[in-house]
Amino acid sequence: MAKKTNDNKYVVSVKDLTKKFGSFTAVNSISFDVTKGEIFGFLGANGAGKTTAIKMLTGLSKPSSGTAIVAGYDVIKNPEKVKYKIGYMSQKFSLYDDLKVFENIRLYAGIYGIPSKEIKSKINNLIDELGMENMRNKLVGDLPLGWKQKLAFAVAMVHDPPVVFLDEPTSGVDPITRRQFWEMIYKASEKGITVFITTHYLDEAEYCTRASIMVDGVIKALDTPTKLKENLGVKSMQEVFVKLARG
Amino acid sequence: MKAFWAFIKKEYYHIIRDPRSLLILIGMPIIQVILFGFAITNEIVDAKISILDKSKDQITQEISNKILSSKYFLLSEYLESAEQIEGSFRKGKIKLALVFEEKFAEKFNRKERPSIQIITDATDPNTAATLTNYINKILLDYQNEISISTIAPKGIEVITRMEYNPQLKGVYLFVPGTIVIILMLISAMMTSISIAREKEKGTMEVLLVSPLKPFMIIAGKVIPYIALSLINALTILLLGVFVFGLPIRGDYFLLLFEITLFIITSLSLGIFISTLVKTQQEALLISLMGLMLPTIILSGFIYPIESMPRILQYISHVIPAKWFLIMIRNIMIKGVEISYILKETLILLGMTLVLMILSIKKFKIRLE
Repeated sequence: MAKKTNDNKYVVSVKDLTKKFGSFTAVNSISFDVTKGEIFGFLGANGAGKTTAIKMLTGLSKPSSGTAIVAGYDVIKNPEKVKYKIGYMSQKFSLYDDLKVFENIRLYAGIYGIPSKEIKSKINNLIDELGMENMRNKLVGDLPLGWKQKLAFAVAMVHDPPVVFLDEPTSGVDPITRRQFWEMIYKASEKGITVFITTHYLDEAEYCTRASIMVDGVIKALDTPTKLKENLGVKSMQEVFVKLARG
Repeated sequence: MKAFWAFIKKEYYHIIRDPRSLLILIGMPIIQVILFGFAITNEIVDAKISILDKSKDQITQEISNKILSSKYFLLSEYLESAEQIEGSFRKGKIKLALVFEEKFAEKFNRKERPSIQIITDATDPNTAATLTNYINKILLDYQNEISISTIAPKGIEVITRMEYNPQLKGVYLFVPGTIVIILMLISAMMTSISIAREKEKGTMEVLLVSPLKPFMIIAGKVIPYIALSLINALTILLLGVFVFGLPIRGDYFLLLFEITLFIITSLSLGIFISTLVKTQQEALLISLMGLMLPTIILSGFIYPIESMPRILQYISHVIPAKWFLIMIRNIMIKGVEISYILKETLILLGMTLVLMILSIKKFKIRLE
């Protein structure tokens, strides 16, 4: 169990990470490691501390104590270095509705410092991969939700980060689109990109390589979905969750 | 730097692809100047008046002619009795009635000081006061003319000169005022709304996770609005000069410098507001109620600050527009140098600094 946190094979390595807001402890000394290419599920009810934890890992929030190494850099000591190494997609899909598809890609490519010469081919490749050739010049605001979601995911990875954080990326999307989205996640994972995902759809937890379940700021369980179910002697992640949360 | 440029470009698209903001940004200044210029003027011409001349002598005739030949007054009717005055007003035909007492010329020649009664419709107090002033002025002129030709007058002669704006033109007042309002609107309101939009849509979160530094994000959002504000200020100035004949007596560079300073003050206000709010609606509401209204009412643009209750006068001190208005009027109309408006310049600089520091603090707390 005890693994060295500075080990290079881990893309995300967290030890005793804690965040306090006054007397309230939102995240209470969580520790875990994520390996390359893993799809790491981060589950928990609203207010369990998922978002706070993700904010610390992405440099939006300063940890009160503990350490977190993301893509080889300490989020406390080198937050600016970390930022170049991670992708982030929020639950609102965070694209600009009044920009065209290719303009959104170009903007984020520019923000992440991709050289101008490469941006053009990057845009073409991305649009090609997504199968959005005929939507290239459409405003993002006019796209169906499913396409927006796919584009947002692709844009979050425009700078080929080793790890991408997805904060409830499938909320408000229909099951078929969710299914397609998970195919994209698998593809990314196959390419060696580590995917860190929070969700409140518990059936999605089954698709993760490993899933952690947070309750009241602590990680109650962390394992592969199969093991989690075995350990508690239940059939679905839903039941795992209920058992742990009522714990 | 390239990232920053990409970001500015995006802001430019936001502006040109939103017809509503485009209308506010481009149409508003022009419409405002034209409206203020042609519709809102303090000068009253062709006001209808009635005259009740109980004396009907040479002097009353001369005075009446003098009044009616000015461009300010038109004769509605000659009245026969005092009872008709009320009716004349009631019908809404006239703004003012003039009553000469009996034996006017006789008394005048005997130096008994005959009297003229001026009755005005004070339902609109400003108009009433202005018209009374016009009549007084004409009467004074007439007296002086006669005095010179007959006997040297005794007593004090009052010579009034309206310095810097001898024709009392309204443009002198409203062009600087319009610049203030437009700059406030664009710099403070539009930026606070556009930053609030990023928060509302969740894109701010993504930007904060990106390698763009928070300062760059804010600067990137603000720079296009600085450019727009400057263009608008220049448009208004040009309209003022070429359409309404406003002078710019001071140094152009000083004027431009103070305008830029005020733009930056307004922008920091907008940024500060955006740190307080979560949605565009809130930003709009706070900007309108907390900025536009006080700016219009308390800056001295429409109502003179000197005539306000003491408490409002104190409040007006914290309104940046008040100081800017003093400066811009002084530069354009009086042509003063920077040393005369140093205090106001420093006050604006101070306000900007305080707002920036507050915004940065607020921004950091949010990130914690």
